[in-house]
Amino acid sequence: MRAWLRHHGVSLVQTLARLARSPFSTLLNVLAIGAALALPVGAFCILVNLEALSRYVSLESQVSVFLAGNALPADIASLASQLKGTNGVRAVRFVSRDDALADLKRGAGMEEVVATLRRNPLPDAFVVTLSGRDPALADRIERQFKSLPKVAHVQGDSVWVRRLDALLQLGRTAVILLSALLCLALVAVTFNTIRLQILTQRDEIEVCSLIGATRAYICRPFFYLGSLLGLLGGLAALFIVLGALAVLDRDLMQLGVLYGIDLRLRFPEAREMAAILGICAALGWLGAHWSVSRYLLTFERR
Amino acid sequence: MAIISFSQVSKRYPGGFEALKAISFSVEPGEMVFLTGHSGAGKTTLLKLIAAIERANHGTVLVGGQNVSVMRAAAIPYLRRNLGLVFQGQKLLYDRSVFDNVMLPLVVTGQPYREAARRARAALDKVGLLEREKANPVTLSGGEQQRLCIARAIVNRPALLLADEPTASLDVAYADEIMEMFGAFNRVGVTVFIATHDRQLIGKWRTRVLTLDHGRLQ
Repeated sequence: MRAWLRHHGVSLVQTLARLARSPFSTLLNVLAIGAALALPVGAFCILVNLEALSRYVSLESQVSVFLAGNALPADIASLASQLKGTNGVRAVRFVSRDDALADLKRGAGMEEVVATLRRNPLPDAFVVTLSGRDPALADRIERQFKSLPKVAHVQGDSVWVRRLDALLQLGRTAVILLSALLCLALVAVTFNTIRLQILTQRDEIEVCSLIGATRAYICRPFFYLGSLLGLLGGLAALFIVLGALAVLDRDLMQLGVLYGIDLRLRFPEAREMAAILGICAALGWLGAHWSVSRYLLTFERR
Repeated sequence: MAIISFSQVSKRYPGGFEALKAISFSVEPGEMVFLTGHSGAGKTTLLKLIAAIERANHGTVLVGGQNVSVMRAAAIPYLRRNLGLVFQGQKLLYDRSVFDNVMLPLVVTGQPYREAARRARAALDKVGLLEREKANPVTLSGGEQQRLCIARAIVNRPALLLADEPTASLDVAYADEIMEMFGAFNRVGVTVFIATHDRQLIGKWRTRVLTLDHGRLQ
């Protein structure tokens, strides 16, 4: 057991020493992996932020209910109580046709236009705020409102919510595809790096095998090398993404100030970063494993 | 019980070349045996069968009572740890010092560093290279490199020492010195099995000689 632990220690130290002996090629390898992985990691961060932003923007999912011209005050009152009593409705605001016209007049250049009108063409309306952002709920409520008496037209934003959801879904799928592709790139890079390392250490591998080194002993440094390359590549990717997010965050804050809202980017959490590093190390190990079984074990037994 | 025992061993390489034909012999513990024959007679192949570098097509190869010809791949490293191998073409590692070359068999078997270093220095001392321990093997002469190989082979204190042409490319004085070293190990109980084509060298020793001729034992 102690001998086994000592092997691991020796392998790790040897691997680190080997990486340190050729710092330039190590750096290039790590950068290649890092730059490739920065794409999906960055895309993931942007997507997470968009989702947060979309929740913020459409937190108030609204439905406008326009009344028929012949609706009497009594109809309006009963409708108001019906709307308020509907499941999933958070607030109901009545906008009378006169208020709506006054609103319209306030628009730039609209006063003259409104003045030419002989009578108010606008209907009375309710603005209904829904409690959730669920497109299915909005759809159900819209249909329910349409069937109420004295309701002329219902205009919801559920179509918009659906489109946004569909877009985000598209983004998620794209990120998954991109991640899969670039994870494959990581495996390929480590595979090739380990292959070259095996070829340069051919003599050492042969001598070790002849003096009684087990297969595990011979393979171990290469597994460490692959995992370390993946891990360092993952770290490089995180640094690239965090740097980019910091720059974007500054610009976004200025944009937010102009709109009078507090816009901040969400940075990846420690848990997410740990997961990314773990995945990178595992992929590096996979590349090494593949390379070792392809090249090392073939000339072990001739 | 014999430490090496061949019975009806044949080795045919892919392509049909038959390197060894129905070889039978045995070596007792503590013996010193020379294996000789012309170049290409099968000396190296025979040594490779003992160390499980090659496997026999027919017959049984017993080393220390273990049947090497049917040994699992995972068990081979443990067989080799009990052998001292002095290879043809030396196979030293030139990216590390003399000391680290001798340390390698002990590192591979997971010996504690302090104990390993002590044994490596003792092995280097036995072959007279202790003061060169920090040197790179490239800077050693041919004779010194061969002595380094021997130090690496004996550092694990093997019961059986196999050497393939240990005196090739050495002048007579160096060759005698190397052979004296093998003789000294044999006197302390190590079984020594040496393949060489140098008949003049063998003539100075009164030990058993096996002669191979085109894959057959004479």
